[in-house]
Amino acid sequence: MDHITLTINGQEIKATRGMTVLEAAQSADIYVPTLCHYPDLEPYGGCRLCIVEIDKMRGLPTACTTPATDGMVVTTESDAINSVRRASLELILSTHPCDCLECHRRERCGPYDICLRHVAVTDRCVVCPSNNNCELQEVVDYIGVHELRIPRDTAPRTIDNSNPFFDLDRNRCILCARCVRACQEITGVGAIDMAYRGYGMKVATFGDVPLLDSICRSCGECMVRCPVGAITPKEPAVPEREVKTVCTYCGVGCSMYLGVKDDKIVSVRGDEEGPANQGRLCVKGRFGIAEFVNSSERLTTPLIRKDGRLVEASWDEALALVADKLGKYRGDEVAVISSAKSTTEDNYVMQKLARVVLGTNNVDHCARL
Amino acid sequence: MTAAKPDNGNKQRTIFICQGTGCISGKSLEITEALKKAVAEHGLPGVKVDFTGCHGFCEQGPVAIVEPEGIFYACVSVADVPEIVESHLRDGKPVERLFYKDPVSDEAIPYHKDIKFYNMQQRIILRNCGRLNPERIEDYIATGGYESLKKCLKEMTPEQVIEEVKRSGLRGRGGAGFPTGMKWEFCRNAPGDQKYMICNADEGDPGAFMDRSTMEGDPHTVLEGMTIAAYAMGSSEGYIYIRAEYPLAVKRVRLALKQSEEKGFLGDNIMGSDFSLHIHVKEGAGAFVCGEETALMASIEGKRGMPRSRPPFPATSGLWGKPSNINNVKSLATVPVIIAKGADWYASTGTEKSKGTCVFALTGKIANSGLIEVPMGIPLRKIIYEIGGGIPGSKKFKAVQTGGPSGGCLPESYLDQPVDYESLAAAGSMMGSGGMVVMDEETCMVDIARYFLSFTQAESCGKCVPCRIGTKQMLDILERICRGEGQPEDIDLLQQLGENIKAGSLCQLGQTAPNPVLTTLRYFRDEYEAHINEKRCPALSCVKLISFYILPDKCQGCGICLRNCPAECIAGDKRMVHVIDQEKCVRCGTCLEVCPERFGAVVKVSAEKVDVPDEPIPVTAEKPAASAT
Ligand SMILES: Cc1cc2nc3c(=O)[nH]c(=O)nc-3n(C[C@H](O)[C@H](O)[C@H](O)COP(=O)(O)O)c2cc1C
Ligand code: SF4
Ligand code: SF4
Ligand code: SF4
Ligand code: FES
Repeated sequence: MDHITLTINGQEIKATRGMTVLEAAQSADIYVPTLCHYPDLEPYGGCRLCIVEIDKMRGLPTACTTPATDGMVVTTESDAINSVRRASLELILSTHPCDCLECHRRERCGPYDICLRHVAVTDRCVVCPSNNNCELQEVVDYIGVHELRIPRDTAPRTIDNSNPFFDLDRNRCILCARCVRACQEITGVGAIDMAYRGYGMKVATFGDVPLLDSICRSCGECMVRCPVGAITPKEPAVPEREVKTVCTYCGVGCSMYLGVKDDKIVSVRGDEEGPANQGRLCVKGRFGIAEFVNSSERLTTPLIRKDGRLVEASWDEALALVADKLGKYRGDEVAVISSAKSTTEDNYVMQKLARVVLGTNNVDHCARL
Repeated sequence: MTAAKPDNGNKQRTIFICQGTGCISGKSLEITEALKKAVAEHGLPGVKVDFTGCHGFCEQGPVAIVEPEGIFYACVSVADVPEIVESHLRDGKPVERLFYKDPVSDEAIPYHKDIKFYNMQQRIILRNCGRLNPERIEDYIATGGYESLKKCLKEMTPEQVIEEVKRSGLRGRGGAGFPTGMKWEFCRNAPGDQKYMICNADEGDPGAFMDRSTMEGDPHTVLEGMTIAAYAMGSSEGYIYIRAEYPLAVKRVRLALKQSEEKGFLGDNIMGSDFSLHIHVKEGAGAFVCGEETALMASIEGKRGMPRSRPPFPATSGLWGKPSNINNVKSLATVPVIIAKGADWYASTGTEKSKGTCVFALTGKIANSGLIEVPMGIPLRKIIYEIGGGIPGSKKFKAVQTGGPSGGCLPESYLDQPVDYESLAAAGSMMGSGGMVVMDEETCMVDIARYFLSFTQAESCGKCVPCRIGTKQMLDILERICRGEGQPEDIDLLQQLGENIKAGSLCQLGQTAPNPVLTTLRYFRDEYEAHINEKRCPALSCVKLISFYILPDKCQGCGICLRNCPAECIAGDKRMVHVIDQEKCVRCGTCLEVCPERFGAVVKVSAEKVDVPDEPIPVTAEKPAASAT
């Protein structure tokens, strides 16, 4: 691979050609505050927090958009950078519920504690589904904003809760466009985009109709990338532990982590290392697993029809019955249909059984139907 | 000055009516039809009726020129047609009452060449505008058109073309002033077999219309310049991005493209060479930000028009990720002249770093408003007082704003500064698109800053934080100050916000949007302080800070004000001193306008209490002599 060397904050760094300055810095564990950047999305350059100084370049370029080049000399902190960076963060905060963000005892407050600063309950970090999992909190803590020099805009903005799985609360949106880029670049759907200009810009569907009436596929890729609490699941939950598994819905084999609490599945997270999906999931995998796994109507044992009624049975009993009945047929008297939800290995074994044991080429599976 | 001499009327004459957008809105199409009809009725075989594109003097429109004498008619209407035809076109006696009147000397000026507005200009870009029929390629060819393209294709290598343009010192007229030849060279040297040549005809600045006029008045110049540029950088595919609000420009450019293709100046194997170029017209939806080059390319690609960070620059990764070059209409219109007359000729006009001419749309409190083309380096004073004819109504000059909505406002002390990229930037303003707005003593500088910022704020694409939110915060503060609710710390806050937005924004829209505020803070800080500390608007313009009073020692009790006041808040009766109810007054100023000048009883003040009675009292003022004024 093609390597380059650059200097960031006086430290010499080896990077790969094609990396941005931000990626080069991150590869060397140098923290640069970001909000609109997301690793698998195209650079955007909207939040202006990652500004740096680069020798031989004018002004304050953004690290997330600037390609790293050999011999580049970069500074990530200086008085000029900090002043402009802080100003941008204050501007973001003027459009986001931020009274808690500025407060030094944020971590210690419960939702119903009496707030000495009179922060409205709905504006408190502690009631936000993304509390403690919010990149804005992280950035505010790093840059350290304890007071806004500008007034906060508290005019209410519209909430879209038409989607059955997640809500879009524009009151918390910081317009980083990660959701929009995810929907266009990752999902290829383009259900949402930035609409309107200037201060009136907002995330909206085509024609500004509710998400449910749009072409949205409810995949939730936007939700995962939202840095704040603007797109959040309808049933947010913090799991006790996570279990790595493969989605059972189809044959793609998306790798995922199921979050478990009180022996129930409460959350689903795409596995970024999963070779088939690289962290991505569709609506079924992301929002459809907990419901069917936790369902009281789910079949957990084989059923055998006895005297016209389906009766629970053991696997041994069920398999013995199937083997016995199949033994009475030969060749093309039988056809085998398997499931696309099974693993490749299971399907391989199934067709082996059909061809070698049952002696038929009548093999098919549901994905073709 | 030469007086217009009548002749025997047998002469061949052509009357050219302006059919630019401005004159068309003044009914120049109807005038043309009426002229044709009248000429036919009178049976004048030697007389032709033709039309041109915009002259740049739209304020005097509809305008017409009668050649070969060069008689210039201003403010022509359909009703004037019989007289023009009978007196001038038939009998050879020009119609004096339609001559242009010099705003300073009030003298009627018959000849186009004697009009100061025109003869102080030096026209390179607009050389053909108003001079030829833009819908006939033959007219353009007759002025030497497409000869430069031929010269490039037959006698020059692309490298030589680039070298010539570099030597001419031509810098981009789209605002930033980047050397054009260098841009072409970057694109030529960028690896890639498909390259795009784009003409930026978006022209989103309010009040600017030079690109439109050029396309409407001389579309072939733009095409020729574009083709030469494409040859120089090795591009076979071109786009002209024109806003859809310019339907006439779109129509004339499309027609010019067709004619040019038919003549073999465009298309495959141009003039028998192995160079081919196909040009497409893309109509923009009219967002100011789509004039920014990366937003423009996103728009052509069908995406939301939002700028993106550079690098990578368009020269390496532009339209559809391919090397692209984008130039303004005026930059391209200059190119054929540079090739025809040579780099040295071009470079002999202008200043050391800014060569050639620049076009301004001169407006505001100025006698002659319109499009002007002047050599770079000309002092502002000359533009305003000589070409522009000064400030009307013997008002005092206060400031001039250059560069469009995000340019700066310069005070009187800058009037002798040369106009070029460097000096305007040093003063906190810019060349920009060439807007030039003149302001007099009645303009409030806080209000004007608020006005310009309200435009840029509304046109911000919304992508980046400083521009989207910062300009809104600044605008809120300015609105407060104009309402008399400013706080002493607002001045510092405006300054800080302005500097941070300039330093932190992604594209030049945000990087320049604070200019009107920062320059007025720099040059007219006292006006801000008066608004904030004394709740006083020195220009007597901010509605919330002014009041109108009727002076008891002047009022004659005529009742005109009472009858006209839309708020019905004036009390009075015959021969009674009238009184304005300050609570109900909406500060529209109607009373001041209608009070007869010889009485002069209404005054406008700010933060000042005038001693007036609470109720109407009998008139005591003496009647002024009826013919006093
Ligand atoms: C907000 C904004 C609006 C712009 N609008 C225009 C425009 O209407 N026309 C134009 O030629 N350039 C415009 N520009 C400048 C272009 O980005 C670009 O610099 C120019 O087209 C390059 O051409 P030139 O080198 O011939 O000047 C604009 C820039 C900004 C930031
Ligand atoms: S859920 Fe998926 S399809 Fe719907 S808006 Fe989000 S990313 Fe787009
Ligand atoms: S909804 Fe979230 S991801 Fe989308 S723009 Fe707003 S903050 Fe960013
Ligand atoms: S500076 Fe303004 S116009 Fe330019 S990218 Fe940022 S928000 Fe958009
Ligand atoms: S992370 Fe670079 S601008 Fe937002």
